[in-house]
Amino acid sequence: MAAVSSTSSPSSAQGNFVGRLAQLPWWLLLLVLAGVTLLYQFLTNELYTVILDKLARGIMTTIFVTLVAFSSAIVIGLIAGLGRVSKNPVIYNLATLYVQVIRGLPILVWIFYVAFVLTPAFFTLTNALGDALSPLLGADNFLSKANTQDVTLLGRAIIALAFAYGGFEAETFRAGIQSIGRGQMEAARSLGMSYFQAMRYVILPQAVRRVLPPLGNDFIAMLKDSSLVSVLGVRDITQEARLYVAASFRYPETYNTLAFVYLSMTIVLSLIVKGVEARLGKDGRGS
Amino acid sequence: MGAAANGNGQDMIVIRNLVKRFGHVEAVNGVSLTVARGQVVVIIGPSGSGKSTVLRCINHLETPTSGEIWVDGMKLTHNHKDINAIRAEVGMVFQQFNLFPHLTALENITLAQKVVRRRDAREADRIARAQLERVGIPEKADAYPGQLSGGQQQRVAIARALAMNPKVMLFDEPTSALDPEMIKEVLDVMLELAREGMTMVVVTHEMGFARNAANEIVFMDKGLIVEQNTPDEFFANPRESRTRAFLSQILR
Repeated sequence: MAAVSSTSSPSSAQGNFVGRLAQLPWWLLLLVLAGVTLLYQFLTNELYTVILDKLARGIMTTIFVTLVAFSSAIVIGLIAGLGRVSKNPVIYNLATLYVQVIRGLPILVWIFYVAFVLTPAFFTLTNALGDALSPLLGADNFLSKANTQDVTLLGRAIIALAFAYGGFEAETFRAGIQSIGRGQMEAARSLGMSYFQAMRYVILPQAVRRVLPPLGNDFIAMLKDSSLVSVLGVRDITQEARLYVAASFRYPETYNTLAFVYLSMTIVLSLIVKGVEARLGKDGRGS
Repeated sequence: MGAAANGNGQDMIVIRNLVKRFGHVEAVNGVSLTVARGQVVVIIGPSGSGKSTVLRCINHLETPTSGEIWVDGMKLTHNHKDINAIRAEVGMVFQQFNLFPHLTALENITLAQKVVRRRDAREADRIARAQLERVGIPEKADAYPGQLSGGQQQRVAIARALAMNPKVMLFDEPTSALDPEMIKEVLDVMLELAREGMTMVVVTHEMGFARNAANEIVFMDKGLIVEQNTPDEFFANPRESRTRAFLSQILR
C-alpha cells in the first residue's frame, strides 16, 4: 500500500508540474524578454536612442489619425448599419453597395483611390457646381475656387480610413441590432414610439453594449492600419521610420524599434479592451 | 375617416373582413368583430387558429392583407403618423413580456410617457410609481427586469402599458410563459382591470379567467370565428361541434 502510493504520487506530481508548466503564458514571457532586450538597447545603444527620438515625432500623427478616423468610422458605420437593417429599399441598397465595395477592396488600394481619384473628382464636381451657380453666387464663389490641394494628404488619408472602417463597423452594428429580439421593437412600437425613437431608446442602447468588444478590437486594428497612411507621405511613425531607413540603411535597428512601439501600444490597448469586456460580462443584464 | 359609419360612440374596436396572409398561409380568413366600450372579449382557440394575428392586426404590428379596422372611430391606414397615434391609445401585453432589459422597471414605464406622451420627467415618474402600486410591486421600481420573476415582469409590462392611459388593452397570451404559481398574480391584476371598466381583448388559454372576466367569448379555428357567445352560454351550451371538441380537450 505504502509502496503504491509512494510511486504514484511523485509521478502524478510530476504530471501536474509538466501540465502547469505547459499552461504558463510562454508567449508573454518571450515577448517580455524581447522587450527587455530592446529596452536595454534603448538605454545603452545610442543608435536606438536616435531612432526612438525620430519615431517619437510621428507618434502624435499616428494617434491623431487613429482617433479621428476611428470616431468618424463609428459614425459612418452606425449610419450605414442602420441603412443595412432599413426596410426602405433605396436606403438598404445604397448601404449594401457601400459595404460590399469597401469589403471587396484592399484598404491600401482604397486609400490611393480616395486620395487621387475621389478627392479630385469631388472638387471637379464642386467647381462645376460653382460655375453653374455663378449667376447666383458671383463668378469667384467659394465653390468654383475650391481646389483639390485644399485637402491635405493627411486629410485624405483620414477620410479613406474612416470610410474603409465605416464599412466594417456597419456590419458590426447591423449584427448588433439584429441580435436584439424582435419583441423589443414590437414592444416599443406598441407603446406608440416611432421607428427611430424605438431604435434610439430601446434597440441601440442594447446593441451598442453588445458590439463594444468587437469595436474595441477594431480600434486596435485601426491603430495598426493607420500605418498605411505612410504611403501618402503622411509622417506617422511608420513614415518616420521609412525616412530614417532611406537615409541610414539601418534596417534592423529601425524596424525593431518601429515594431516595438506598435506592439507596446496594441498590447496595452488589448488589455484595456479585455478589461472593459470583463466588466460588461459581469454586469448581468446583457440580454 | 369612416368614423361616422362605424362609431356610434359605443364601439371601441370594429374589425371588418380582416384577412392576413403570410406568404401562402392564410392566418386570418375573414374575421369581423366588434368590441364595445368597457367590454372584455376573450379569444380562445387551438394554436395556429389566427387569434394572436387578429390581436396584432389591431395595433398594426401585423399589416392586414385586406379588411378594415377602426379603433375608437379612427380607421387604421398605412400612414405611419396615424398608426403611432393609435398605438399610443392601444396598450399591448406580450407573452414574452418584452420589457426593456437595459432599463429599470420604473424607466421601462416612464420611457414612452416621455418620448410619446411628452410628459415631463417628474410627471412620468409619478404616474409610473402609481401604476407599479396598482399592479402590486411598488418596491420593485429600481429593479432591472433580469432581477424580477416572470410574474413580476409581466405586471411591470402591464403597468408600462397602463401608464400611457390607453383606451384599450390587448393581451396576447399573457400567462403562457409563466410558471404555474405566478399565473394567478397576473390574472388578478387583469381581473381588477376588467372590473374597473377597461376595454380588453384577451387571447388566452385560461378558461377560469374567461369565465370570470369576459363579457363575450370568441372561439376561433383555422382563421375564422366559429362561435361567439356569453361565457355562461358558451361553456354550458356550445353550439358548434368544433367548439365542443375543443372544450372537451381543454376542460377534462
